[in-house]
Amino acid sequence: MRTATRSLIGARLVGAAGLVAVILVVEILIRLAIINPFIVPLPSEILLSFGRVITEEQVLSRFMLTAGEALGAGILVTMVGVPLGILLQRITNLRAAFETWVAAFAAAPVVLAYPLFLVIFGRSAVTITMIGFVAGLAPVILKTIEGLAGVKPVLLRVGDSFKLTPWQRFWTIEFPAAVPTIFTGLRLGLIFALINVVGVEFLINFGGLGQLINDLAERYDLPGTYAAIVFVILVSVAFFAAVQRIERWLRPVT
Amino acid sequence: MAASGHVTVAPASRPWLGRVALLRIGFVLTLLVVWEALAASGLLYQDVVPSIRKIAAALVAVLADPAFYRNLGVTAYEVAFALAIGGAAGLAVGILIGGSRFLAAALEHYLYYLGPTPKIIFFPIMIMWFGVGPGSKMAMGALSCFFPVALSAAAGMREIDTVLIRVGRSFRASTRQMVAKIYLPAMRTPVINGLRLGLGIAIIGVLLAETKLSNQGLGFMIIQAYTLFNMPRMYALLILVFALAALVNAGVSKLDQISAPPARQ
Repeated sequence: MRTATRSLIGARLVGAAGLVAVILVVEILIRLAIINPFIVPLPSEILLSFGRVITEEQVLSRFMLTAGEALGAGILVTMVGVPLGILLQRITNLRAAFETWVAAFAAAPVVLAYPLFLVIFGRSAVTITMIGFVAGLAPVILKTIEGLAGVKPVLLRVGDSFKLTPWQRFWTIEFPAAVPTIFTGLRLGLIFALINVVGVEFLINFGGLGQLINDLAERYDLPGTYAAIVFVILVSVAFFAAVQRIERWLRPVT
Repeated sequence: MAASGHVTVAPASRPWLGRVALLRIGFVLTLLVVWEALAASGLLYQDVVPSIRKIAAALVAVLADPAFYRNLGVTAYEVAFALAIGGAAGLAVGILIGGSRFLAAALEHYLYYLGPTPKIIFFPIMIMWFGVGPGSKMAMGALSCFFPVALSAAAGMREIDTVLIRVGRSFRASTRQMVAKIYLPAMRTPVINGLRLGLGIAIIGVLLAETKLSNQGLGFMIIQAYTLFNMPRMYALLILVFALAALVNAGVSKLDQISAPPARQ
């Protein structure tokens, strides 16, 4: 077991070293003018411009805005998605009629409708939050249905033998048993919401971190653009990792 | 709309319209009525919610417009290249990573975490590298498409029955033969699934890039209708794009069934 972890860490170190090596090779190729420095700036220059981008471009307030939009979308998704999922699971006919539609909606390229949201909500944080909401809704509904439908029959029979009313049975047995699956749905919904929030910020040049990239690119600040993209990627990766941790922490050991 | 092909057929003993079908029809009708009421109410600015008649007229006009087919061709061409490049690269990386435990431990978490990041923010870089023409849109699509294909190919590789791999080895198959005769046929389902996901987000990547900066393609048509505030046309184009995306998605799902090997005797 211990050797397995050690070899995993070794492999990860090799992977990270490989990444650093690739960056170094790019640096050398640019310095030798084999790669055009007006297309790819020096990695060292990108690294140096990190500080500049963070201090001069109001990164903190941008980050707060993006996080706020994603959080708003997340709250909306929870408040609408979970009850809708419960409703669809409770009423068999509704589920039979609409579950495939929700699944189809999950696969639909919703973000392409962003001009529509612009027309309805204006060029504002509301538009961005609403797109995040619509993009994250379907997985929450589907996972809520899945979680409630997958409650172990043993648990339900325990409820029956205690002569629970349907209301009690739902709140003391079915819903708690479905929570881990619902959280998986919420994690997916939040990730979809964040992707769409940042993407639309970039596309409509409004608001937080997505706009930062657009701004720097339009100023033709190459090292700044690259640094901002790396920064946004790091922020989203940190976000995914955090949400995953929270989910694992909330999930009871099975 | 997207799943109208899935309407379940009620068994013969039931009335010709089951409850499920009635619910669906009722839902769509309610939606249409609310829409029309909203259009007629004047609560929103004029044409933000145009009447269904206007949208239908715009739909007919778009379908009769040769420019639509020209732009559809441009987008299809960009998506096809994006899928070919991103899919092939994803497949190669997926087979490499899935085939080696060391490479998986070294690199797979990068793919796993980079996969769900918003790809469209790379668009400024793609413009610098590949220009403002179709090249940068293909690159956007290929970049989006790469991750799901690579991840599902890697997962598929690990699920291949080791017996099959040993058969290949004992026949001293070359790497190329192993890939073509053993790996790819054995992981057909995850690969097709990855390609389906990849195609979906390649379409999104290409179209979003077109809305941001281009002078042709369906994304450009949508954003142009928006700029001219021609709302019925914009709705018509969005409906067509969603329908086409659903059609393509269904087509790729069918691919798995068609290419399934004949059942073993």
